[in-house]
Amino acid sequence: MSEDYQSMWADLGLDLEAHDALLSVLGQAYQDIYLTQKNRPEGMGYFDFVMSEVHGLRIKELLDEKASGRKIIGSYCVFVPEEIVLAANATLVGLCSGADFATEDVEKLLPRNTCALIKSSFGFKIGKVCPYLESADMIVGENTCDGKKKAYESLNQLVKNLYVMDLPQVKSENGKALLKSEYKRFKQAVEKLTGVSTTAETLKKAIQTVNAKRAALHRLSSLRKADPAPISGLDALLANQVFFYDNPARFTQSVNKICDEVEKRIEDKEGVFPKHTPRILVSGCPQAVPNWKLPMIVETLGAVIVGEESCVGERGTRNLTNDSGKTVDEMLDAIVDRYFQVDCAIFTPNSDRLGHIQEMVDAYRADGVIHYGLQFCQPYLMEAIPVETALEKENIPCLRLETDYSMEDIGQLKTRVEAFVEQLR
Amino acid sequence: MKKRFAGIDIGSRTIELVAVDEAGQIQASFQTDTGFDPIVEAQKLVDRISFDRIMATGYGRNLFEIAFDAPTVTEIKAHARGARTFFPGGRTVLDIGGQDSKAISLFENGKVKKFEMNDRCAAGTGKFLEIMAKTLGYDINEFGLEALHAENDLTISSMCTVFAESEVTSLIAKGNKRQEIARGVHASVIRRAAAMISRVSSEGEIVFTGGVAKNPCMVAFLAEKLGRRVLIPENPQSVGALGAALLAADMN
Repeated sequence: MSEDYQSMWADLGLDLEAHDALLSVLGQAYQDIYLTQKNRPEGMGYFDFVMSEVHGLRIKELLDEKASGRKIIGSYCVFVPEEIVLAANATLVGLCSGADFATEDVEKLLPRNTCALIKSSFGFKIGKVCPYLESADMIVGENTCDGKKKAYESLNQLVKNLYVMDLPQVKSENGKALLKSEYKRFKQAVEKLTGVSTTAETLKKAIQTVNAKRAALHRLSSLRKADPAPISGLDALLANQVFFYDNPARFTQSVNKICDEVEKRIEDKEGVFPKHTPRILVSGCPQAVPNWKLPMIVETLGAVIVGEESCVGERGTRNLTNDSGKTVDEMLDAIVDRYFQVDCAIFTPNSDRLGHIQEMVDAYRADGVIHYGLQFCQPYLMEAIPVETALEKENIPCLRLETDYSMEDIGQLKTRVEAFVEQLR
Repeated sequence: MKKRFAGIDIGSRTIELVAVDEAGQIQASFQTDTGFDPIVEAQKLVDRISFDRIMATGYGRNLFEIAFDAPTVTEIKAHARGARTFFPGGRTVLDIGGQDSKAISLFENGKVKKFEMNDRCAAGTGKFLEIMAKTLGYDINEFGLEALHAENDLTISSMCTVFAESEVTSLIAKGNKRQEIARGVHASVIRRAAAMISRVSSEGEIVFTGGVAKNPCMVAFLAEKLGRRVLIPENPQSVGALGAALLAADMN
């Protein structure tokens, strides 16, 4: 990244020295993990550029949007509806939570046995290294797991613009009514922030914009069914990660461009790994940028990841929002219907998720499933055992992993994954 | 000229080397301490035999792969393969080595069906037993026998090696009998191993491999705890290396 951004970062209040250190680690990791991959689709060059400018050009774009009167809203969860944000003239961005930072300071505020994702979100704030968070006019916290909802009470001491959204935990009529009233309240809060009222026209356009972005990822996912795999799991995960940061229209266009290229590859029977490479579905906790630990291990040990049953993956993007409504109310109902289907492990029971995992195993012709659990993430770790039991009943091999963002368990993880890959051959 | 194949298991405590002929018969078997330079130690062992192909396993397998340009296999597959040559009907393998422990269940044809590994610490491994033996003033080779001589049960509740060591120290200070503490230490490792086995298989004989299988108290407790027959291969520490040698032969 060029020097020009130093003053922009300083204006945002970033700790420049710590931020430089972060960028150099991130750049090196990207170089080692991504740029050493062989035979990547050329279109991935766009994502290489996005990553090289993730704290630079993209932040400048957001600041330009702010200068022109738009507001920026930061979020930590796929339950925050981008449609509502866009319709009221604001931009939604995902906030950094995929790397350890300032852990010792974080542990003054949070217990040690808090998951890496929550600790990371605090670390980026305390360490003053997330330009997205510092650019945001509103930060949305959401009452998903106990860890997050209690952590937001503490985060509220660190940021001045936290908005907390309540979420249901049961898929009942009452649950749905709660989601609806919370989305209405959120819509009002966004409108108050931007001073712009949502109209049927802006909401419809917002729904279409977000649907297009999801549809592009659906197209990419569907191409991953091919053997040999035409794109690596690492690259596909990156597209799913950048989904949360990029300009929606440009993202859609770039993913579709990659899909055109990947379709051609499939026609030519070309792949990034040889035909019959063991195929793995990853299921469980979200993998936020730059958490590439698991796919890096899997894909350097002779297997390929063909799908992510995850918030950063199909759980987050599976469903489209119906855009046929005529009024704001009708479309709000459609938004509620869409998000109420998300099979997050905070729901009890959450049997839809099991069905989705099995559907994905079939659709992507996976040979086995790796259940990815972040240490101390109670909801997903609790579901891991029933998921494994159900898959084994169908003779689908499953490996349950529990890890964090550190590299200290990498040797252990490699042995487990390697043995699992041997098992699939 | 008949071909020979070798397997080397580079563990955290010891390195084993086994050579087999084309029929899979063991021709040579050596062992040495890993020390702090595993590759130097491995080289010394390798220099003692001749072979047409060698395969490496154990936590040092990737070091060996780079230094000797050899194929590798995980300990899980290697132990499964090795265990089956001694007990062709065996469907469950427990391997407790110096630094980790694993339970493996197999399909009828010997392929790995499912496995569990201990987490990233020494709890429930040979290292745990070694530290506890030292704390109690026993030689590791007599530790198991001494534990078997205890008359009463005593519970060690800490699984963490560091906490368990203080627990043992305080039991000594309270005047508990050494043998009984030793028995408690063994029982605590077995609780963990038994839970791991139960997650991969619920019945049938268990083939116990790795250095800890040489401990008679561990073998007796395991059989008692699970109510299943426990089978010990000859020289249980070299099962991983044997498995690697056989897998090297299979590549032919």
